[in-house]
Amino acid sequence: MTILVIAEHTNTQLGAATLNTVAAAQQIGGEIHVLVAGVDLEGAVAAAQGIEGISKVLVANAAAYAHQLPENVAPLVASLVIDQSVIYSHILAPATANGKNILPRVAALLDVDQISEIISVESADTFKRPIYAGNAIATVQSNAAVKVITVRATGFDAVAAVGGSAAVEAVAAAHNAGVSLFVGEQLAKSDRPELTAAKIVVSGGRGMQNGDNFKHLYSLADKLGAGVGASRAAVDAGFVANDMQVGQTGKIVAPQLYIAVGISGAIQHLAGMKDSKVIVAINKDEEAPIFQVADYGLVADLFEAVPELEQQL
Amino acid sequence: MKVMAAVKRVVDYNVKVRVKADGTGVDLANVKMALNPFCEIAVEEAVRLKEQGIATEVVVVTVGPATAQEQLRTALALGADRAILVESAEELSSLAVAKLLKAVVDKEQPQLVILGKQAIDSDNNQTGQMLAALSGFAQGTFASKVEVAGDKVQVTREIDGGLQTVALNLPAIVTTDLRLNEPRYASLPNIMKAKKKPLETVTPDALGVATASTNRLLNVEAPAARSAGIKVKSVAELVEKLKNEAKVI
Repeated sequence: MTILVIAEHTNTQLGAATLNTVAAAQQIGGEIHVLVAGVDLEGAVAAAQGIEGISKVLVANAAAYAHQLPENVAPLVASLVIDQSVIYSHILAPATANGKNILPRVAALLDVDQISEIISVESADTFKRPIYAGNAIATVQSNAAVKVITVRATGFDAVAAVGGSAAVEAVAAAHNAGVSLFVGEQLAKSDRPELTAAKIVVSGGRGMQNGDNFKHLYSLADKLGAGVGASRAAVDAGFVANDMQVGQTGKIVAPQLYIAVGISGAIQHLAGMKDSKVIVAINKDEEAPIFQVADYGLVADLFEAVPELEQQL
Repeated sequence: MKVMAAVKRVVDYNVKVRVKADGTGVDLANVKMALNPFCEIAVEEAVRLKEQGIATEVVVVTVGPATAQEQLRTALALGADRAILVESAEELSSLAVAKLLKAVVDKEQPQLVILGKQAIDSDNNQTGQMLAALSGFAQGTFASKVEVAGDKVQVTREIDGGLQTVALNLPAIVTTDLRLNEPRYASLPNIMKAKKKPLETVTPDALGVATASTNRLLNVEAPAARSAGIKVKSVAELVEKLKNEAKVI
């Protein structure tokens, strides 16, 4: 078996979720190739070569792939399966915004059903994945000739980013469907760790009352080296940007320590953080459902407790 | 131009679902069903395009059981003009749904198809992308802003770390994220009017679509429960526990 992993990257850097996805591929077993599709890829390719346990890095360097538009990248991936001498048994991508955008398009081109957001590998054709916002776990088997799968990063411990020495092979095919154009992007600039990769996450909910009050969390997070997240209620109320949202409809995180501040603990929020190793809840409502999943609960006014916590660290 | 919104009947988002003891799925008997929240946003966006004079007709379509007519009526009450039910009693895979929607798109020829980014039951997040692939259309997934201008649609997308804007040739597929809009409540007169709007029913056979899946559901189980821990009395105690007991700071 040979498995193709689609790398998460920014052309210059490799995304951390790639390492978790390679870990899932290792559990399936077989030779592992990593595809890096983009433009001016020296940085991402060099990083991909170092990934432990992979044998080959396929590089598709073309202007059409610059922003990884799915209309152009999906036919590339499908062509690697159909046209090349290697017969891929599985195609894996991390369940990031990019992976979720591209991979179903690949699956449809190959006329197979995709299995989304697996959290465990039971065998080469059987996988577990959460459904109903994580309130149920489905075991799904695929009989497709090529199994198309997105991987939830928190379900798999990352492989080492260095130590490997994979061969690099250029992929010639340049697919440009010509139906979509990249116009621009606005990326939040932050020195804090990215939410899904952070060891510690501090999140605020509706109890924060407004966006300005998030400064208490930023300050605490900076002392802890933590990422900052938010509940959907806080995002819906306009306190903070949506890319900070943790939950079924936002990001899925599983850090070593998750500190939920002023978050009641709606089902859809729990779906995004309940696999965290240690959960701390700070809420003045002692009946809040968040306390049912918290390892350590503190019933207190967050505006007193958060500054005090920062001070005592 | 014609705009199509594709919707799904799902368990209401407020319902706490229970896994059936025999492991075949979740118990949906006597459970409140509703329009998938992301699909509601899709219908709202389509209706707004009509109100802005950009869309001339809004067609809402679903693939589901006969009871999914309820959700189509909800969409009609929100402002869609007519509805199509592709009736299938069995739960279909995302690819099968995408193939059925493709057949409807071929017939109806909409310039824009808006879908929810994911259904809150299967959490697949696949159908819109698959429909785009099968149709050969461009896709703007996880949209927080949709602007039609001439023969293009400009879509602002929610991506990891921020926003991305793409320009897509029409016809195109858009899938909605939460912040695209806030759906209206259907007024009583509109609910009454919706009962008289046209609703057509077709079968997968009539559309000539095979719905077999390469996936098989083997089992559904409840997730490992996380038990409640302890309540600490003070910040000092919390810090002490985190340092010495949990050893995470």
